[in-house]
Amino acid sequence: MAMITFRINRYNPDDERRGHYVQEYALDVCKGCTVLDALNQIKWEQDGSLTFRRSCRSGICGSCAMTIKGVNRLACETQVLALKSPNVTVEPMRGYPDIKDLVVSLDPLVRGLLAVRPYLITKTPPPSDQERLQSPEERARLDGLYECILCGACTSSCPSFWADKEYIGPHAFLKAYRFVADSRDEGSREHLEALDDKHGLWRCHTIFNCVEACPKDLNPTRAIGELKKELVRQRIG
Amino acid sequence: MTNFDPESIHDVKGVPVHSVHRHDVVIVGAGLAGMRAAVEASAEFDVAVLSKVFPTRSHSGGAQGGIAASLANEEEDHWEWHMFDTVKGSDYLGDQDAIEIMVKEAPVVVREFEHMGCPFSRTREGRIAQRKFGGHTKDFGKGGPILRACYAADRTGHALLHTLYEVCVHNRVRFYPEFFALSLIVRDGVCRGLVAWDVIGGGVHVFHAKAVLFGTGGYGQVYRITSNALANSGDGLSLSLRAGLPLEDMEFVQFHPTGLYQSGILVSEAARGEGGYLTNDKGERFMERYAPQKMELAPRDLVSRSIQTEINEGRGIGGGPYVHCDLRHLGADKIMKLLPQIHELAWKFLHVDCIKEPIPIQPTAHYSMGGIPVDIDCRVLIDGKSKPVAGFYAAGECACVSVHGGNRLGTNSLLEASLFGRRAGKAIVRFLRETRDFPELPSDAADAAIAEVERVLSAGGSESVGAIRTELKDKMSAGCGIFRDGGKLEKLAGELRGLEKRFRNIKIDDRSEKFNYDLLEAIELGHMFDFVELIVAGALKRQESRGAHSRTDFPDRDDEKWLRHTLAWKRGEKVEFDYKPVTITRFQPKTRTY
Repeated sequence: MAMITFRINRYNPDDERRGHYVQEYALDVCKGCTVLDALNQIKWEQDGSLTFRRSCRSGICGSCAMTIKGVNRLACETQVLALKSPNVTVEPMRGYPDIKDLVVSLDPLVRGLLAVRPYLITKTPPPSDQERLQSPEERARLDGLYECILCGACTSSCPSFWADKEYIGPHAFLKAYRFVADSRDEGSREHLEALDDKHGLWRCHTIFNCVEACPKDLNPTRAIGELKKELVRQRIG
Repeated sequence: MTNFDPESIHDVKGVPVHSVHRHDVVIVGAGLAGMRAAVEASAEFDVAVLSKVFPTRSHSGGAQGGIAASLANEEEDHWEWHMFDTVKGSDYLGDQDAIEIMVKEAPVVVREFEHMGCPFSRTREGRIAQRKFGGHTKDFGKGGPILRACYAADRTGHALLHTLYEVCVHNRVRFYPEFFALSLIVRDGVCRGLVAWDVIGGGVHVFHAKAVLFGTGGYGQVYRITSNALANSGDGLSLSLRAGLPLEDMEFVQFHPTGLYQSGILVSEAARGEGGYLTNDKGERFMERYAPQKMELAPRDLVSRSIQTEINEGRGIGGGPYVHCDLRHLGADKIMKLLPQIHELAWKFLHVDCIKEPIPIQPTAHYSMGGIPVDIDCRVLIDGKSKPVAGFYAAGECACVSVHGGNRLGTNSLLEASLFGRRAGKAIVRFLRETRDFPELPSDAADAAIAEVERVLSAGGSESVGAIRTELKDKMSAGCGIFRDGGKLEKLAGELRGLEKRFRNIKIDDRSEKFNYDLLEAIELGHMFDFVELIVAGALKRQESRGAHSRTDFPDRDDEKWLRHTLAWKRGEKVEFDYKPVTITRFQPKTRTY
């Protein structure tokens, strides 16, 4: 057990004059307690007005991405005691419009995603009564790509996104590459079309913030590199 | 597409005109059932999908191990074998006409997912890979476990859910993310739409529709230890009850054998499907005593009872309330390739490296076999038996077809949700082709919903919603868990009534309209009170042990009296019951051993 002070960045849209402020909550935290457990305990026992998104509690739904001690993480899979600090600051993710307390608008995230036509594009009809074949090696190219949970941690950590709200974002590039790399997909040009643009791929300056921020250990920067190569190939070819 | 006719816009009292929406189909829930239906219906009609969370946050994504289909990609398999296993797994309470449809259509549904782009794992030949799962066997139970569960590593639910979202994006399905359903509008046996709360902006909205589909999922959050998401509060069940409709077989609650110790987070059955062992404090593979043939791959009800028995008799690890799931002998390669998420979860939540150490696990509330009674086309039945409510459909975990009967087999839920979602979509398309006009929208349609929100936002009592919910969860786990008996159930029923009384005297900290989870959690708790009463009352009535419903005071299955489905309604303060026969076609009930 340890007494931890949570310094939480709060914002109430009905009180614009007050703007953002920090409120402290003290909580006795035991081993195994996650930041989400702590936030829930604060909400349920101390202050019901504290607002944050959450759902699965197990790092798969992507609801509870927030900035914890300066780093974008999923609250549900961050152990409080592993942060090794008596004070834990919790803030909404940067770069997205604020909604309330730790809740931000995902609209920019969705806009970026839609730009890459995030679905399998095929021109050849699938075989009837059976699956398309894909070798284990071809399928292995999707590992590290299909696991994205759209939590938004990467794009929120990206300086290109801070500077340009129209920037498509690493989450969407990762998704684009998930399809471009898929042996079944026949729509590389369609996926890439929006990326060859001033809000697209070329605005990535390989700072690797997205890689650091990803709670699922995925690598959007590598995907961006591969997409850049693909674009160049298409231009030459 | 719908012809827009301003003359026919109906005014709804208390709701601004711009908050009254109109779509041919309104689907509540963006999990596998809801989005699969949306894919089907959006080809021809205007479809809206409401979800209390952003679509890809739906809890279908939490499913790990696989989706069942007798593809026979890895070894011989037949739908008849899958059917036998499902019927036996259900402890003969599953309706065999519905089960036959499910197992026959399963290969089509799984291949369609592949065609949509789902990144299934593959066999050497490039086909969809399949693994073993509990209760799925060869040759009508005579052979060993069979490779039937189609998978994408141990992230199958995630892969399927995101694929469906992608196809919905492609089909331009209209999403209303973070809209929370408040009430269903059913008048004179006709469903006319629903009322919902806009979580982000605040405010009551009315959705006027020709057809409504509920794919609202389960209610694991009424138990203390659960694999379910915080969003799984069974809202759809309560809304259906409040519209005067019954629920079926609510006493059948599945406890998954392997939840991570303390958090209850799911450790997929794939862990055992790939060869993992369950061991007790003495290091024994105790399943030898309970299911000598199928061992760890017996169905979930049996494995959970076995684990609980070990714990109750003092053979939990160190005498504690958990046992071990041991994967060490599988080796690092197999674990990291086939079970990477389990490795990640055990590490992140228990700091256990399952390559080197066994995982502490305990049974965890996982799935509802019961739900809103529907026919094989997912039409909700007003009498629970044969009379449909015009325009109201339900599919997936919130519905009871019933394909799972008393106990669901692993990998049959992703199958049921997507397959019956698809069937619901097709049935809705047929219905809409014959239905030109929108049903009349009563002007008082939103009254009850508005009153409920106002009641919570102005609550001036002293009781904490969080504290009451915690008590409800603790009491449900203690009184209506894996093992039940009449005395404990009666005590529990009384305690729940006491808690519900306290619930009428709640306080609220957040009185604002925008993104107010304080409000939502209070409404969700009200939903929980509605249907837990039916779980407990149903469990008390059913004086036998069948599937996941295990009465220590009635330890045997009683086909004479209880080979029938429970139907329950809420009428005022009272629960009323009716029963209906089980549909039996190919397989007569037999003693169930594994």
